[in-house]
Amino acid sequence: MALLEVKNLGISFGGLRAVDNVNFDIEKGQLYGLIGPNGAGKTTVFNLLTGVYRPTDGTIKLGGIDIVGKSPSEICQAGIARTFQNIRLFKKMSVLDNVKTALHNQIRYSLVTGFFHLPAYFKAEREMDEKAMEILRVFDLDGQADYLASNLPYGKQRKLEIARGLATNPKLLLLDEPAAGMNPNETAELMETIRLVRDRYQITILLIEHDMKLVSGICEKILVLNFGTELAAGAPEEVLNNPEVITAYLGE
Amino acid sequence: MSKAMKENGEYKNNFVNKKNIITAAVIIGVYILIVVLTEGGVLNRQAKSLLVPIGINIILAVSLNLVTGFLGELSLGHAGFMAIGAYTGAIFTIYANMPEFAEFLLGILLGGIAAAVFGFLIGVPVLRLKGDYLAIVTLGFGEIIRSIVNFMGITGGAMGLKQIPRYSNYTWTYIIMVITLLFITNLVNSRYGRIIRSIRDNYIAAESIGIKVSRYKTMAFVIAAFFAGVAGVLYGHNLSIVKPGDFDYNKSIEILVIVVLGGMGSVKGSVIAAVILTILPEMLRATDDFRMFLYAVVLIAMMLFNSSGFRTRLEESGKLPKLSLPVKLKAK
Repeated sequence: MALLEVKNLGISFGGLRAVDNVNFDIEKGQLYGLIGPNGAGKTTVFNLLTGVYRPTDGTIKLGGIDIVGKSPSEICQAGIARTFQNIRLFKKMSVLDNVKTALHNQIRYSLVTGFFHLPAYFKAEREMDEKAMEILRVFDLDGQADYLASNLPYGKQRKLEIARGLATNPKLLLLDEPAAGMNPNETAELMETIRLVRDRYQITILLIEHDMKLVSGICEKILVLNFGTELAAGAPEEVLNNPEVITAYLGE
Repeated sequence: MSKAMKENGEYKNNFVNKKNIITAAVIIGVYILIVVLTEGGVLNRQAKSLLVPIGINIILAVSLNLVTGFLGELSLGHAGFMAIGAYTGAIFTIYANMPEFAEFLLGILLGGIAAAVFGFLIGVPVLRLKGDYLAIVTLGFGEIIRSIVNFMGITGGAMGLKQIPRYSNYTWTYIIMVITLLFITNLVNSRYGRIIRSIRDNYIAAESIGIKVSRYKTMAFVIAAFFAGVAGVLYGHNLSIVKPGDFDYNKSIEILVIVVLGGMGSVKGSVIAAVILTILPEMLRATDDFRMFLYAVVLIAMMLFNSSGFRTRLEESGKLPKLSLPVKLKAK
């Protein structure tokens, strides 16, 4: 059974059909790419998957369980984490705290413990620190753990967002243009990190990307959207040589 | 090794660590210092009469800071919660027949709980609103409470509720102020504090990492209401009379001014600003007619020279010891 099964997914905003009849299955452990020209509905698909929008049609199943109609926080607890196209960090908090906040569902203590700083508080905080630092180390951010998130350079902010998503212990991680605004070196490094994360944490990754080198380099399967509908799907080399896909990107 | 890892040490020794010992020493030291000053006649009667109001304003400012500074929502109804606490506590101590200590302690708790209940009832529907809308609704709430109190028989109406026992004194206020400060600082430095701050910084991202935003917003709002209620009880038992007029929107704004001047999201800043802004009008009493005019001028001047609040000043100077500020400002 596929980890994520999307069937007939569609949403209308008034008269605008932003996403229409999109179907795809993502297997466990896969690195799946979602591409398409600007305005194709890629981010809308992400918003549908994470409960920001409620689909007007279709079903989304994560591990066989329907997640349509659940709130974003419930969907995160069900196992989907995401990053945003326009970075959304907790800017006035430290890098470490950004990740520790995301651990809140795994390492918990009661409000009373929080008020009194009972021994359980120290134990949980220590555990959180260790876990957060371990994740930050993967992204080479451990040296800047006590920086304010807003003081990180752009590329590192993108990485921190992935680290934060990863800290929620997801089954499926959605990355919305992780390489946007990065130079070729940074992109290459990011590709390595994404692959490493997948192998090390045994998670499945769905990513939106415009950088074709990154997409063809790491994705095992690609879905192309255009005007909210599927244009093509399959292995990278086959999809990227598809004449229709080339037309959609470059015009006639 | 990064600084954050070194700071792990702060979680190692549980209760008895260097930081907690210093905090305890400071708390006891300040208390004794003020007792010595008052007993030794250094502080005159006027200064002594300000001790309780200073404590009350600190409790009010720090609790409002939880909502405004840490949660990032503008609430203009803090005086309303204070009023609920003040009247509940006062009615209880007037009608109850118990030893003073038990009666006042229960009154304080009841006042806080009553305010917290109202905080919950109002918070659940209202916290779906954001920014200006929330500010207007909370402003309206404060005024509604004041009007209701005006009409009710048991509250004494517009004439006010009289003959409240004068239980508030320096020791009571100081202990409750310290408890409030410890609770709120602890909370802010816990996973709940991180959640509250993350909602302020980006609520969409907070939702995306599995935080139930409205639940934690309500939680912060209710806790702030509780402490505002407690401050209200102290207030009523200090003056021995409470009038609805004491809790109008001017009072809410006054508390907000303290929070803004101290710095959003800074407990220490709120404490300093509360002390200054409570003493200031009294010091200006000598100028008679120009009092409120000068107060406004001083306030404007303070905001101009201290636009980011006391917090940034404190952090940047590094002269004052860090008690346990949650936000690590590390500009690089």
